[in-house]
Amino acid sequence: MDDLKALYQEVIIDHSRNPRNFGSLESANRSAEGVNPLCGDEITLECHLDGNDIIQDVKFSGHGCAISLASASIMTEMLKGMSKTEAESLFKSFRLRVTGEGDASVDDIGKLEVLCGVREFPSRVKCATLAWHTALAAINGNEKKVTTE
Amino acid sequence: MNDVALKSEFEVASSDALDVDAIRAQFPILEEKVHGQRLVYLDNGASSQKPLTVTKTLERYYASQHANVHRGVHELSDRATEAYETARKTAQKFVNAQRCEEIIFVRGTTEGLNLVAESYGRHTLKPGDEILVSEMEHHSNIVPWQLIAERTGSIVKMIPMNDDGEIILENYQEMLSEKTRIVAVTYVANSLGTINPVKEMTKLAHQAGAVVVVDAAQAAPHLILDVADLDCDFLALSGHKMYAPTGIGILYGKAELLEAMPPYQGGGEMIQRVSFSGTTYAGIPHKFEAGTPNIADAVGFNAACEFMWNIGIDAIAAHEQKLLRYVHDRAQTMNDIRIFGNSKQKAGVFAFTLDNVHAHDIGTILDRKGVAIRVGHHCAMPVMQHFNVAATARASFAVYNTQAEIDSMFDAIFEVKELFGC
Repeated sequence: MDDLKALYQEVIIDHSRNPRNFGSLESANRSAEGVNPLCGDEITLECHLDGNDIIQDVKFSGHGCAISLASASIMTEMLKGMSKTEAESLFKSFRLRVTGEGDASVDDIGKLEVLCGVREFPSRVKCATLAWHTALAAINGNEKKVTTE
Repeated sequence: MNDVALKSEFEVASSDALDVDAIRAQFPILEEKVHGQRLVYLDNGASSQKPLTVTKTLERYYASQHANVHRGVHELSDRATEAYETARKTAQKFVNAQRCEEIIFVRGTTEGLNLVAESYGRHTLKPGDEILVSEMEHHSNIVPWQLIAERTGSIVKMIPMNDDGEIILENYQEMLSEKTRIVAVTYVANSLGTINPVKEMTKLAHQAGAVVVVDAAQAAPHLILDVADLDCDFLALSGHKMYAPTGIGILYGKAELLEAMPPYQGGGEMIQRVSFSGTTYAGIPHKFEAGTPNIADAVGFNAACEFMWNIGIDAIAAHEQKLLRYVHDRAQTMNDIRIFGNSKQKAGVFAFTLDNVHAHDIGTILDRKGVAIRVGHHCAMPVMQHFNVAATARASFAVYNTQAEIDSMFDAIFEVKELFGC
């Protein structure tokens, strides 16, 4: 049961039930779509990037499991105000931590720590990273649909 | 000559009430622990586990019978050929075909359906011709038809179902016309458990001059198959869902249709004479079996048929129906569970969602409790679209499952509700 309690923490359930920054963004100048063909999770991410490549605002919509919704929700909270480079670096650390390759003392991921329980569930790592892949595609102006497969 | 697998070593007495303990003893994998829990395997719709009769048959085949078939002058080649062709006769009996030449060994249902679409479809379809495919088909009985329609200018049309997951026969009848060339329908729907009225649908299709292709992948483990009674033109099934090894299945086709069809693949085994001025093909079924076939798994398929006959397919079906009634009774006491597939004729499939919990989260939590189910779209995305859900959870039963295992599943479902606070 411990693994499950670590995965489905209250914060995760809360974010999946009441996702923050959910909806579409009127001021968006970048967007991308992501899909996990294995489970059918779909996410659309829209953001507003200013002239200095700072993420001024970001919203997402779509459907998915608790892990993918919570991951997307927490991610949008953290991305606001970040530069493109900072976002890329945070995702790199996050990916290392959720696959169990990272080191908590080196890869500080702040609030995303709550998602680390997923490393005990290899088949669910993609649920946690879908939103990030989609966000980075949007930020980098890559309009091709992102797929986890 | 060796008796191959026709004689089962682990016969189970056939009676009204199954000796499930004796049956379970033939499946060592059921003793496995997963995440420290006793395995409860309820993903039989995806693939069933294999009894010792099947695995021992494979072992014995490789230990004492293996060589290539139909080409050796030596003893082992004779043994392998005999074993392989015996399996074909067993398959003939399993679907009640008139002739064993009407049985083609394929990798599974998917290959069987693709063979029909490619060979029969490409050979007969003209622009404007219509292929009717039901809304509840597995992708493997949709996509091959779309591919061949694209190449021939024919049109794929969907036969709708109602909200209980039953084909709407009035709509089907209205759709049939002189343009209809092929009707492709599943006998048992993998995502819903619906048993379709294939015999009646075949009769109507024949009146319109169309041929009927039956996907029997989910029917083979639960129903007595009788192509003579159904009068269908083609029927495909997979061994691995009915206790046989992976990588082996059969395609049944009416002899006169198979004889008129061009080969599906070229190679050894399927020819009569090859020269650069022209090649003549072997007769059926070998015309459709290019290359060295999957001999060992065909012999394993033989053992699986014997396994099912020894228990009795009726007895297997009755046992699974009992489990299905039990799971429905238990589900009915919960007000936050939604069941998909409420057809009057239904096989042992229980597809559901829980309010406020995504199917993947259900699947992960059940897995940690040792309960293996399938979650997702079940390769039936049009069914998901019909019910406006992205994914469902599905428990599917086999002869070795018990009521206690269904209780374990519900215990785990209550854990899900607890974790999600609902």
